[in-house]
Amino acid sequence: MNDGHPIPANSPSPAPVSGSAAIAVARLVKAYKTSRAVDDISFRIAPSSITGLLGGNGAGKTTTIAIIMGLVLPTSGTVEVLGHPMPAESGEVLGRMNFESPYVDMPMRLTVRQNLNVFGRLYAVENLKERIAQLASDLDLNEFIDRPAGKLSAGQKTRVALAKALINQPELLLLDEPTASLDPDTADWIRNHLDRYRRERGATILLASHNMQEVERLCDRVIIMKRGRIVDDDSTAGILARYNRSNLEEVFLDVARGRSQVERI
Amino acid sequence: MSHASAGRGIAFHRIYAMLLRYGYLLVSSWPRLVELIYWPTLQLITWGFLQSYITANSGTLARAGGALLGAVILWDILFRGQLGFSISFLEEMWARNIGNLMMSPLKPIEFLIALMIMAVIRLAIGVVPMTLLAIAFFDFNIYGIGLPLVAFFCNLIFTSWAFGIAVSGIVLRNGLGAETLAWTLMFLMLPLVCVYYPVSVLPAWLQTVAWLLPPTYVFEGMRLLLTDHVFRSDLMIQALLMNAALLAASFAVFLWLLNAAKRHGSLLQTGE
Repeated sequence: MNDGHPIPANSPSPAPVSGSAAIAVARLVKAYKTSRAVDDISFRIAPSSITGLLGGNGAGKTTTIAIIMGLVLPTSGTVEVLGHPMPAESGEVLGRMNFESPYVDMPMRLTVRQNLNVFGRLYAVENLKERIAQLASDLDLNEFIDRPAGKLSAGQKTRVALAKALINQPELLLLDEPTASLDPDTADWIRNHLDRYRRERGATILLASHNMQEVERLCDRVIIMKRGRIVDDDSTAGILARYNRSNLEEVFLDVARGRSQVERI
Repeated sequence: MSHASAGRGIAFHRIYAMLLRYGYLLVSSWPRLVELIYWPTLQLITWGFLQSYITANSGTLARAGGALLGAVILWDILFRGQLGFSISFLEEMWARNIGNLMMSPLKPIEFLIALMIMAVIRLAIGVVPMTLLAIAFFDFNIYGIGLPLVAFFCNLIFTSWAFGIAVSGIVLRNGLGAETLAWTLMFLMLPLVCVYYPVSVLPAWLQTVAWLLPPTYVFEGMRLLLTDHVFRSDLMIQALLMNAALLAASFAVFLWLLNAAKRHGSLLQTGE
């Protein structure tokens, strides 16, 4: 059952079916008393790729990311991150990954520099002073680096959260709505930085977002979720072609309103 | 690239990072510092005058030689030890920082050790001035107890950690709606551990309950020392063994509640 959105048998699948994967999710289920936030999903994310997890509110994106991070335990199914089963071997990978989420904040009374200093030490970052200086330069933090995190604007806070997410130069970056509530200029700036980081470091990025432009702009591949299930999984171009749409926003509306790609064609 | 894995053992650099985080917080907020000293001082002054009054009017209590003030100070070690632990933990909940920590290489045991150390640091900030005031204004020198004070202190701080760990687990699982427990749970102990009166005052069945709680041995030991000048090391050893069991149990409870929080998705919703 795919909520009226069957994936055609000839649908191209960019997900690697064998070999190493940065993230491998198999038959994942997260059930609560009255609902299934994630309902039997499987996917593999190739190393050095950017994958968008797309879906409306309650689609299961945040829960999926939280399970991958180890913040939520699944009801059933398995997750492997950088070759290690989670959460059993989380100690082996937590230092090699990082995340940004609207569900967490940086301690507000600490200055930006103090926050980065604390997280840098938690992640055992070498040459921490230099790393903080580099991040401050890359993410344009110098103007407010000695100001308490709680006194920053939304855009500044997002840049600081991104600096924290990049402090250990992670191989795997999980981002949940990284540009939510930002003005278009700041959002675009953040996207450019993420794209550059992926290219320079060969990092893998999994990005949950409502923002279709963001996903279109950044992602090699899009996984569309609805009511806890994957209803489509393809390259951005493949999805647009299959739904006969010119942008992902229209695809999103098709999915949200229950119009299948077959009906559209 | 920092390919740091959390490794198998306890990493002191991560514990230090957490201490640094709480240190930054304390020095950035003078109300937090004042609050640490304010209540213990107020309590000491109130009880100090009461002790002065009673001593002047009661031969029995006069012999107790500061048992009341000793009880006030030791109770504060127990209560503020737990509160110091819990407040440092609550700071993470209030700041919505718990997810950042849980997703970092910081291990639960390292987090708890940092909270234990912070409990002692916060306690020292509040209680040391209190003990100095007791010397200056009420002629009561708790340091005069000597080595037994170390046994009293260790047993009380161990109990306070155990309660702090358990309360933190409950808040982690149930959200900030359970925060009140952090402020009130230790008061449940107040009548049971016989802070201000001997265990013999309690009804027989409550005495059994009282002797199941390690602080009872400390307060009873303190009274024996101050009134009869006898140090009962056997009481301290019993308390120590009970505290070891209590700490192990509280750590197991914390891990169980942490897993329950992960099963219920509570770590994503750390509000009320």
